[in-house]
Amino acid sequence: MRPVTADEIESLAIGAWILGTGGGGSPYLALLNMRQAYRKGVVCQLMDASELADDDLVAVVSNMGAPLVGQERLTDPKTMALAVTMMEEYLGRKFRALMSLEIGGGNSIQPFMGAAVLDLPVIDGDCMGRAFPEAQMTSFAIHDLRMYPLTLADVRDNAVVVARAASWKWMERISRKACVEVGSIASTCKAPRTGKEIKECAILGSTTKAIGIGRAVQAARRAHRDPIDAVLEVTGGIKLFAGKIHDIARRTTEGFLRGTAAIEGLDDFRGHTFRLAFQNEFAVGWLDDVPRVMTPDLICVVDTVAGDAIGTETLRYGQRVTVLALPAPPILLTPKGIEHVGPRAFGYDLEFRSVFA
Amino acid sequence: MRRRIGIDVGGTNTDAVLLEDDGVAAAVKTPTTSDVTTGITKALAALVAQAPGARTAQAVMIGTTHFTNAVVQRRDLGRVAAVRIGLPSGASLPPFVDWPEDLAELVRAEVVTLEGGHEFDGRPLVPFDARGMRAAARRIREAGITSVAVAAVFSPLNAAGEEEAAAILAEEYPGVAVTQSHRLGRIGLLERENAALLNACLIELARKTTRAFTEALRASGIAAPLYLTQNDGTVMLAEVAEAYPVYSFASGPTNSMRGAAFLSKRDEALVVDVGGTTTDIGSLRHGFPREANSVVEIGGVRTLFRMPDLLSLGLGGGTRVAREPLAIGPTSVGYRLTEQALVFGGDVLTVTDVAVAAGLIDLGDRARVASLPAALVDAALVRIRGMIEEGVDRMKTDAGLVPLIAVGGGSFLVPARLAGVSEVLNVPHQAVANAVGAAIAQVSGEVDQIFQDLTREEAIARARRAAEDKAVAAGADRATINVVEVEDLPLAYLPGNSLRTRVRVVGEIAR
Repeated sequence: MRPVTADEIESLAIGAWILGTGGGGSPYLALLNMRQAYRKGVVCQLMDASELADDDLVAVVSNMGAPLVGQERLTDPKTMALAVTMMEEYLGRKFRALMSLEIGGGNSIQPFMGAAVLDLPVIDGDCMGRAFPEAQMTSFAIHDLRMYPLTLADVRDNAVVVARAASWKWMERISRKACVEVGSIASTCKAPRTGKEIKECAILGSTTKAIGIGRAVQAARRAHRDPIDAVLEVTGGIKLFAGKIHDIARRTTEGFLRGTAAIEGLDDFRGHTFRLAFQNEFAVGWLDDVPRVMTPDLICVVDTVAGDAIGTETLRYGQRVTVLALPAPPILLTPKGIEHVGPRAFGYDLEFRSVFA
Repeated sequence: MRRRIGIDVGGTNTDAVLLEDDGVAAAVKTPTTSDVTTGITKALAALVAQAPGARTAQAVMIGTTHFTNAVVQRRDLGRVAAVRIGLPSGASLPPFVDWPEDLAELVRAEVVTLEGGHEFDGRPLVPFDARGMRAAARRIREAGITSVAVAAVFSPLNAAGEEEAAAILAEEYPGVAVTQSHRLGRIGLLERENAALLNACLIELARKTTRAFTEALRASGIAAPLYLTQNDGTVMLAEVAEAYPVYSFASGPTNSMRGAAFLSKRDEALVVDVGGTTTDIGSLRHGFPREANSVVEIGGVRTLFRMPDLLSLGLGGGTRVAREPLAIGPTSVGYRLTEQALVFGGDVLTVTDVAVAAGLIDLGDRARVASLPAALVDAALVRIRGMIEEGVDRMKTDAGLVPLIAVGGGSFLVPARLAGVSEVLNVPHQAVANAVGAAIAQVSGEVDQIFQDLTREEAIARARRAAEDKAVAAGADRATINVVEVEDLPLAYLPGNSLRTRVRVVGEIAR
């Protein structure tokens, strides 16, 4: 266990936004909350999963809802903490630590917000290694762990316990319904995990990895080096394409933001076109109509100059962007993993092939 | 005949033009004065001397960077009471939370947070705490704070909370200035609240400045109504605009781009505006600057203003040139150009000296740069060309060739041929394009709202009607209104096929 500095939280926000692969929501407001907490003297602790006893309980937390609603109903640590304490009351047991559901986007910082109130450590890890749009797209689901109970809290003191669900899909449906009812934004504590489950089934070390990516970007900017090169160095990623966005189509279906973006090549990629399809997060990329990269490989779109991640909601005509592929956690690449988060899980009839294979 | 006067009050120069129908009848450039009024009075006197018809102009439009400069330089700012309506939501991130501490300390007089606000579908979040508002209004009055910013959760969708708060403030504290966030911004509570707070701290300065403008006009014997130009290239009547100083934050560059479109008769082009210190590159779409979609920082404060998407380069007439190794900028001698540049008898090698040595322009004493090595001059020009070409490429929206309109006092620095550019357009009066842009400004209306369970066409039609009503309320002639921007964004995770729709319309000023 070690203390996390305020600077590391800043780095985490940058790195997690890149690992968000276009989704996960901007970490800015969660970061502001942490700045406030650290100003008041809070110091969060980051805990290695190996320090957990097998029968310890870990709270897996996330903010759920529409990112746009989150821009008005600003996320706060108390609601996050409420979801966790509700779960403790329901279980009649105390948690040893908190962990993020997804390291991509704003949810990377949510466990720190809860931890700041509850004085608990945060586990270095998550269960996606990136961001994904649906509840069953986790390493826990791939390992067939139980998906209930779940607690959901809103800022007005409304709270819901989903005691049982027949499947991950049902859990997604029921909790989504409750979330919409309280205004499409809520704090959730997912099914509690034992120390053993965390050690065996979580994607470990992803918090440290996100901090490292952010730190590399910051160092590159300070030294006036290319922040994208820095990201590739620290992640072992590949630069797939660079160009200018010349077409975007977006639509909402079944509560998700789906669409495509077309990028016209610049510099080394002049004369070529790259097309991206997304469901909240980027799912598949085609180079000149040939599939080039697909989920679960991480497809990240960043500002070509600043290296900042660009979300699927903020993609804009004319932006100069670079498309990167970063390696996915090994669990997602197993046959079972591909079933849950491969291209077919997103409706693309493609045989998964990693760009890193 | 349609006669309009356009004035641009910049940091260095005050420019004025008289537009008769669609032609520039007179143009003057005078130094800006510290009291603003004297500079405008002088500019108007010179304009009237050139074209006596200026006295019978039907409208005067002024663009100024005065308010942006006040925030950036932390001067002339008023103290503000912030009222946030939205508890229990957002309690951990109070007003001013992401402001630079020095600016927050100058501006923050009182922070009030109250229960209220709405959901994304317009339902109340919790009932509005009207009693709390009344008590706060009394406290604000007793503390002698004269300006209040009110921001409520989801007020762009349902403004009832902010309106009720303003009504209570008016009852308890007659005459207090109230800025309501929904009048200023879009969805994004912190950024919209920041806009309201900035507006509130500038409101006293805006009143004084607007009065100074009006006095200058009267002193010049011009009876026409006064308009102030806005970030989006449109105008508001001065008496309305003085309540919204933040709307003029980016009016300088906007006016120069609009002026460039008018003078060149091009609606789709890139514009390069070369001043003394910086070069701004922007993109014209339908004759208006393409707007930045992302967060814009003013003096370190995040906002979501309607701002042109601009790329600013450290290149201007006063930019310093270092010899060994060769470097252009980024610092500039600024308004001291006429003392410090070689051609003016100084000892600083500037971009202007290079341009004179290369014969791009005849300024000052050419003999003083005759000894500059030709290789240095050539290398500097190559570097300048490279900076402009890279900037142009970054602002282009597609890979094809685009026309580039060169404006501003330093437009002689723009080479006649550039990579990626179909033609470089040099137009008469290019040095006063910003004042021309002010003179041709129109009136706009904008709506940015979430619609549910409507087809895309229905949502856009509804937004369009609301935007037209807003434009008419701001002084537009309904018959001349055109839609200039439609943007729709489906929202992830919201039920019922939710669509965020933004429509902007513009029209001519109603006579």
